[in-house]
Amino acid sequence: MVAPAMDRTVKTASATQKLTMAKGLNMGLRAAMEADPKVLVMGEDVGKLGGVYRITDGLQKDFGEQRVLDTPLAESGIVGTAVGLAIRGFRPVCEIQFDGFVFPAFDQIVSQLAKLHFRSQGRVKMPVVIRIPFGGGIGAVEHHSESPESYFAHTAGLRVVSCSNPLDAYWMIQQAIECDDPVIFFEPKRRYHERAQEVDLSVPPQPLFSSRVLRQGSSATLVCYGPMVRTCLDAATAAAEDGIDLEVIDLRTLSPLDLDPVFASVRKTGRLIAVSEAPRESSLTAEIATRVQQECFYSLEAPVLRVTGFDTPYPPSKLEDDFLPDLDRVLHAVDRSLAW
Amino acid sequence: MQLLTPEGERVHHPDFDIDITAEQLRGLYRDMVLVRRFDREGNALQRQGQLGIWVPLLGQEAAQIGAGRALTDRDMAFPSYREHGVAWCRGVKPTDLLGIFRGTDHGTWDPYEHRFQLYVIVIGNQVLNATGYAMGQRFEGKVGDQDGEATMVFFGDGATSQGDVHEGCVWAAVYDAPVVFFCQNNQWAISEPTERQSRLPLYQRARGYGFPGIRVDGNDVLATLAVSRWALDQCRTGNGPVLIEAFTYRMDAHTTSDDPTRYRLADELEAWKLKDPIERVRVHLVKQQWADQAFFDEVQAESDELAAGFREFCVNMPDPPPGRIFSEVYADEHPVLAAQRDEFLDYLHGFADASTGAQGGEH
Ligand SMILES: Cc1ncc(C[n+]2csc(CCOP(=O)(O)OP(=O)(O)O)c2C)c(N)n1
Ligand SMILES: [Mg+2]
Repeated sequence: MVAPAMDRTVKTASATQKLTMAKGLNMGLRAAMEADPKVLVMGEDVGKLGGVYRITDGLQKDFGEQRVLDTPLAESGIVGTAVGLAIRGFRPVCEIQFDGFVFPAFDQIVSQLAKLHFRSQGRVKMPVVIRIPFGGGIGAVEHHSESPESYFAHTAGLRVVSCSNPLDAYWMIQQAIECDDPVIFFEPKRRYHERAQEVDLSVPPQPLFSSRVLRQGSSATLVCYGPMVRTCLDAATAAAEDGIDLEVIDLRTLSPLDLDPVFASVRKTGRLIAVSEAPRESSLTAEIATRVQQECFYSLEAPVLRVTGFDTPYPPSKLEDDFLPDLDRVLHAVDRSLAW
Repeated sequence: MQLLTPEGERVHHPDFDIDITAEQLRGLYRDMVLVRRFDREGNALQRQGQLGIWVPLLGQEAAQIGAGRALTDRDMAFPSYREHGVAWCRGVKPTDLLGIFRGTDHGTWDPYEHRFQLYVIVIGNQVLNATGYAMGQRFEGKVGDQDGEATMVFFGDGATSQGDVHEGCVWAAVYDAPVVFFCQNNQWAISEPTERQSRLPLYQRARGYGFPGIRVDGNDVLATLAVSRWALDQCRTGNGPVLIEAFTYRMDAHTTSDDPTRYRLADELEAWKLKDPIERVRVHLVKQQWADQAFFDEVQAESDELAAGFREFCVNMPDPPPGRIFSEVYADEHPVLAAQRDEFLDYLHGFADASTGAQGGEH
């Protein structure tokens, strides 16, 4: 019997550490591999190199080539064989090198990974995690900055989450590996190596599929996830100087959405701004807006506003600041909401 | 297959020999030196913060110039992202490559004018696209004799694992598509050696598809040129497709973001240095007395001038105008996008004149 992630809290003096998100993920993967010999890591350059972002650094050295696989260069192959390994009882953690390279695997994800449990009437479990560094702001060439989460959230059978800070990264990756359903795990790559944060690993984690209020406020609510959490927190700090008191909610889980905290917040503030890097039409922010107007119709003082990427291909990097929501665009939306 | 040894000795091959004049060989030498020179400048520009990234071709000059000079004006080429040497042969200005790596655009050359398609970053995608293009060449009756057309597609050793590459080979075989699959086996796919992709030498895969596969010394420009010409002729006369494996070595990092000391040994690099594609041509030119010092000095001066112009162009590249992201997403005006563009421009305008109270920016 594998000890649940919940019970892996650190009880020694080293419980308090300074972690980057990259380090948190690396330690979380290590903890999961130590706890369960069925956990495998597979992907392009994840072994010897430790991944292009070094998230799997040192794992092949310590767990060997049979548990950390430098696979041939084919994403459909990575996910398709992970499905087979899961049928055999393994718990593969696949790394897709960059968001824009998940599409060769899309068929395997949508046709097999997402549907096998349903098709087999629950006989076949699919405990596969697909890690995807996602989002922009890193000055990269094409296909390295995309936010494709809505495609996956739109697919029944997949669970979709995104971490936004080092402590969540550490726990969420372990909880995702522990989940018996496939989890698409979106990592905000531009936050990987941001300033390390002090974390306390002795505190048990909150459930994986739950959102969290990160900052209490009364004027308006910002709901966000992944890379935009930092942006929204910064916006809230800036707004506070003008006497505007923003509540910030980190969704953490994109499928299933956990919107109860958002509803409660909107009932309090009356205003909601949904923030995401992904293009706007038919997106998660569209889903959030719909659900909030259904649940909180009489509490709303203004329409739900959205600050998102545009419905264009991700632009060349010199133009990405035009595309990406930033502090100014968030505050501009807050002003509009308040002035409604 | 080799026609010029690393020591600069001319050797002969019964099937793929080549007649080359002094002038032609000097031309190939010049191509390789110039391409290497601006490639090095690309690295330097990245280090100095002028480019976001550079993808070096160092070591692969002979493979690319040999293939690139075998193409005729009628042929079409489909590159991946490292084909600066092929681009050169197709008349694409080196400065036209800069926008991709500086982040101002995704390539500014006209793929029809140069008969050189845009760079493709998603590994393997272009192989199917090239195959489809070649099918079109055949469907339009442009294949059958020496005046026929052909297509050449470039990809790496790592790419050979992708489904798209396999499917491209299947399609090309089934439709007799006039396409040359030109695989530059530079021994590495980022940190993974070729053994992670295949048990067999890659060229042998062609057999399974039912068309010829040839391994050529990719550091030998004469051999690459000869084999590429032969393969293109096979295709244009209706005997395609053909797979070429150009056996070469990635002498630099995968990109300027990569640190190869984490995964490969310096010894390997040293061994390949002895097989340098340019040096062997220089030695041969000297031995044959086909070039004097004045020629080498001239090429050197020309390459420095090219690099200076390349740099000058790069540091003066303007940023694209705001709103550029909305153009050319669709062939015809798209109402949602048009509204988003207007909203965005209004929003920017609001910053320029805060008192007007801009509308939009989010919905
Ligand atoms: C579909 C896809 N997956 C992953 C990547 C990331 N990536 C870029 S280059 C590369 C290795 C390519 O190796 P190879 O085909 O040998 O070409 P080389 O870079 O050596 O020229 C990888 C994995 C990508 N660009 N596209
Ligand atoms: Mg390679």
